[in-house]
Amino acid sequence: MAMKFEKTGEGTYMLDVCGYVCPHPQIYCKKSLEKMGEGDVVEVILDNPSSVETIVQMCDQVGHDVLERKTEGGKIHMKIKKG
Amino acid sequence: MENEEKRNKIWAFVITGALILISLIYYRVNVFYMYLVAYIWFGFAYGMMLQYGRFCFASASRDLFAAGVPRMAVGILVALMFFSLIQATLASTNMSTFHPAPFGIHTLIAGMIFGVGMVLSGGCASGSLYKIGEGNMTSFLAAFFGLCIGQAIFVDVKWFNFLMPQKWIDTAAAKAASGFPPAANMTSSFDTYLAGYVWDKPTVRMSDIAAVREAMPGASKYFIGDALLTALIPAVILLIVIYIFYIRKGFLKKRAKQKGSPASGLSDDIAGIWNMITASQRTTLMGVLIGIVAGLHILVMKGMQIRFGVNNFGRLLTKMGHSADVSVSGTVFDPGYWYITSQEGQLGGWILEKFGWNMHDNLFFGVNNGLPVPWRNPALWMSFGIIFGAMVMARLNNEFKFKLPKGELIAWGLIGGLLMGFGSRPALGCNIGAFFIRVAGGDPSGWLYGTGMVGGAFIGVKFFNWWSERKMAKEMEAF
Repeated sequence: MAMKFEKTGEGTYMLDVCGYVCPHPQIYCKKSLEKMGEGDVVEVILDNPSSVETIVQMCDQVGHDVLERKTEGGKIHMKIKKG
Repeated sequence: MENEEKRNKIWAFVITGALILISLIYYRVNVFYMYLVAYIWFGFAYGMMLQYGRFCFASASRDLFAAGVPRMAVGILVALMFFSLIQATLASTNMSTFHPAPFGIHTLIAGMIFGVGMVLSGGCASGSLYKIGEGNMTSFLAAFFGLCIGQAIFVDVKWFNFLMPQKWIDTAAAKAASGFPPAANMTSSFDTYLAGYVWDKPTVRMSDIAAVREAMPGASKYFIGDALLTALIPAVILLIVIYIFYIRKGFLKKRAKQKGSPASGLSDDIAGIWNMITASQRTTLMGVLIGIVAGLHILVMKGMQIRFGVNNFGRLLTKMGHSADVSVSGTVFDPGYWYITSQEGQLGGWILEKFGWNMHDNLFFGVNNGLPVPWRNPALWMSFGIIFGAMVMARLNNEFKFKLPKGELIAWGLIGGLLMGFGSRPALGCNIGAFFIRVAGGDPSGWLYGTGMVGGAFIGVKFFNWWSERKMAKEMEAF
């Protein structure tokens, strides 16, 4: 099992942490956002509901925008714009 | 998608229906089993609330250190405040089952071991159970191999004799020579630790301290000594500290932007603290509810004890003819409130006995807690209740997903679970029994365990930060 952090386009990234449980999704999400530039967008894909609440609050505190949040087939997709 | 939702709802009804049926069967077999049934449904309620609020003690310190998010720490402190007031009310009406624990440095050390373990495994003792209910099998590894098997082995082996000071060995031997505990039950390192050290440590409860009793007669010693001094004031101080270090700067900046003028007054800080408390409404709401339900649980168990004229379920098991289930003292593990870990250790002990291991020759099972078969173990039913309650809530919210652990998660689950199992024994409890319940009950040793737990979590987070940096660096090589 491996997490995937890929550049999918100019200023867009994808972080796939499916299969990972706490605290890995939130740690990888935080570190990915640190690597990105302001205004860049990352799509985070995870399947650990407990991490979502933490990621949302982390974004709110730091000033990142959660642009989209949906659940499909047990996987949660979040689009986050770095603020 | 609709089919999946429908299937999840059916599962939720099936699980709840099965538990109702089990409860009815117990009632039909013997009315004494209503004692055990009460544990099942309080466990079920805890499980639903834990899952809905994502309520995990591991997340409290871990998310604070790893992501700067205080959501869970705030939720726990809110739960603690409500629970302490209910505990004080119960104590003042003589309806409390709470008892303080031996006070000593061992509590701090055990908390630290447990803290590292809960971060590695991804959940505390109760958090691991609710996550099993979500289908998380890493948590199952931690709970089964760490809390069940690991803990049972820990209390029964001589592997740690090299850590036992001669003084403890002599004290334990002197007690055995005087007749109690029985020498036949003094075989492991943990037995030496218990009889040679822990049993001689004093217990501290604020309302029991002579000066407090004299200064605060009647019920006020419970409300002021136990609740206000031990739980409420420290919890409020911690909330303010968390606000200052993690929230204040960002909040005041945002507020100043909204107001169009600097935000630096007391009213701004009060607004900031309130904003921090209500930032995750589901966690805070569940904190309030958990505090109330945990208090209600104590009241119901005390009521059951009065109704059946016993102070431990072991007496009822003996009356029903199951004397092989109980310890030499005629008891089984029956905390009378929310508690995790000891019952998982009993399950582990029961399984190991099936493989020929003698688990009755130690103090933990043989003298203190007994080794009931799992379906007659009240506290174990509370743990099953947590799993099934969380499963029902996860199914109803379409959040259940069966996830087998892979790769590194297997190692983290096993190592973390074992550290949690080992860390919960020396302090005679985990994040619930040794921290949450004790602090709310007016026992300052709970804060000692909590401090150790937070310290251990800090070490665990530092390790995971280093680990994930390493992995990210590899992933980033491509661009």
